[in-house]
Amino acid sequence: MQLTGRLTGERGRLKLEAKRIEAPLHDDDILSLKAGDNVLISGVIYTARDAAHKKFIELIDKKAELPLDLKGQIIYYVGPTPARPGQVIGSAGPTTSGRMDAYTPRMLENGMKACIGKGLRSSEVKEALQEHKGIYLAAVGGAGALLSKKIKKCEVVAYPELGPEAVHRLEVEDFPATVINDAYGNDLYAEGAKAYAR
Amino acid sequence: MRDLAASTVTETVAEMCKEANIYLGDDVSGALRRSLEEEESPTGQEVLKQLIANLEIAAKEQIPICQDTGFAVFFVEVGQEVHLTGGGLTEAINAGVKKGYTEGYLRKSIVDDPLYDRKNTGDNTPAVIYTDIVPGDKLKISFAPKGGGSENMSAVKMLKPADGEEGLIDFVVNHVKLAGPNPCPPIVVGVGIGGTFDRVAVLAKKALFRPVGQPHSDIKFADLEKRILKKINDLGVGPQGFGGRIFALAVHIETFPSHIASLAAAVNINCHASRHVERII
Repeated sequence: MQLTGRLTGERGRLKLEAKRIEAPLHDDDILSLKAGDNVLISGVIYTARDAAHKKFIELIDKKAELPLDLKGQIIYYVGPTPARPGQVIGSAGPTTSGRMDAYTPRMLENGMKACIGKGLRSSEVKEALQEHKGIYLAAVGGAGALLSKKIKKCEVVAYPELGPEAVHRLEVEDFPATVINDAYGNDLYAEGAKAYAR
Repeated sequence: MRDLAASTVTETVAEMCKEANIYLGDDVSGALRRSLEEEESPTGQEVLKQLIANLEIAAKEQIPICQDTGFAVFFVEVGQEVHLTGGGLTEAINAGVKKGYTEGYLRKSIVDDPLYDRKNTGDNTPAVIYTDIVPGDKLKISFAPKGGGSENMSAVKMLKPADGEEGLIDFVVNHVKLAGPNPCPPIVVGVGIGGTFDRVAVLAKKALFRPVGQPHSDIKFADLEKRILKKINDLGVGPQGFGGRIFALAVHIETFPSHIASLAAAVNINCHASRHVERII
């Protein structure tokens, strides 16, 4: 399933194509992506929401070891529904990213390269993305059933007591997302609306 | 009086929870399909196609449409000639929510203490329940699983009567603009006008239970709904906020008489998965 395209001209003329990227990411991957690009992600990514972020930052403050190595990682903001028997995972779309704003600059400082969610980010997060060469991606919010089919393996690796907020290791194949904020300070939310406002 | 077993309420509610989270109503899925024809942005069209494909996968594979299966919100019209037997109404509804969310593999998203422990109750209870006593011997249950992301983008404002229509429109449009991509557009916008601080918020919520696109019964407010919808879509925010012409599928207004000193207004937003079901027992 293809997602969106890249803003290449006036009034949002689009090239509907997607770039394939492998997770975890390197600086080269980040620098090749611009706001408005579609990506199809394959490889290993990790989930974390509000509660797990709070715990990560507490561990970082104590200089203790995290349950995963953040270097190059993509963190997906998601709290899935329970899987039915025979399913890998339940519905698994992105949650609102703004709630993670307070933690994101610290996560980037400690090696995280990208996060997937939906919705607006703070200016601090956008600056941190430029400083640490990171990107912010959006998956289609409310497409949890469709996105769940791109997840081939799922296991809880930390904080099972948090239920849907536990940290999961996901193996994904062609998981569709769109670059919202790139490492150059571009912002699709601002540019996209400008192109279609009347 | 008509006897009605509380267990019937529980069974009905359990089925409603499962149904609403897996099958989107024809009103909303129809509005999504129509919006695909109107959307000018190729990006926006792709998003809408994904959302339509998502509905098909959800129904076919019994996967919830969205992972946020919501706070369980109920409006119940209780016929005054109904006599509930074998338990109370609130317990019966909560028992139904527990059963539906457990059996349906739905996410449990409610924490007990909102400020300190925030410990998950484990069964998605308690529900938010509003009741109205009405004539008759039936129970009409309306249910909507309300997602947190869109709920967080809500607002109440006590406008001055002098602010009038223009003040009301500015409040709604500016607020929705501020919400931007956060509530998962294309959105449905519930607007409450009138009443008290608390009542106007409930009106805005109730507006989201109306079938998408069904206009207000009063032509003045039906016309206002249309004009606000146009202003919202002219913001260019589009599906998912990626830019486009369809930011909102509908604006629904509910009103109540007002104090001479007040003009209360509220906005409650729903995402494109504007889930709601209704049963009469």
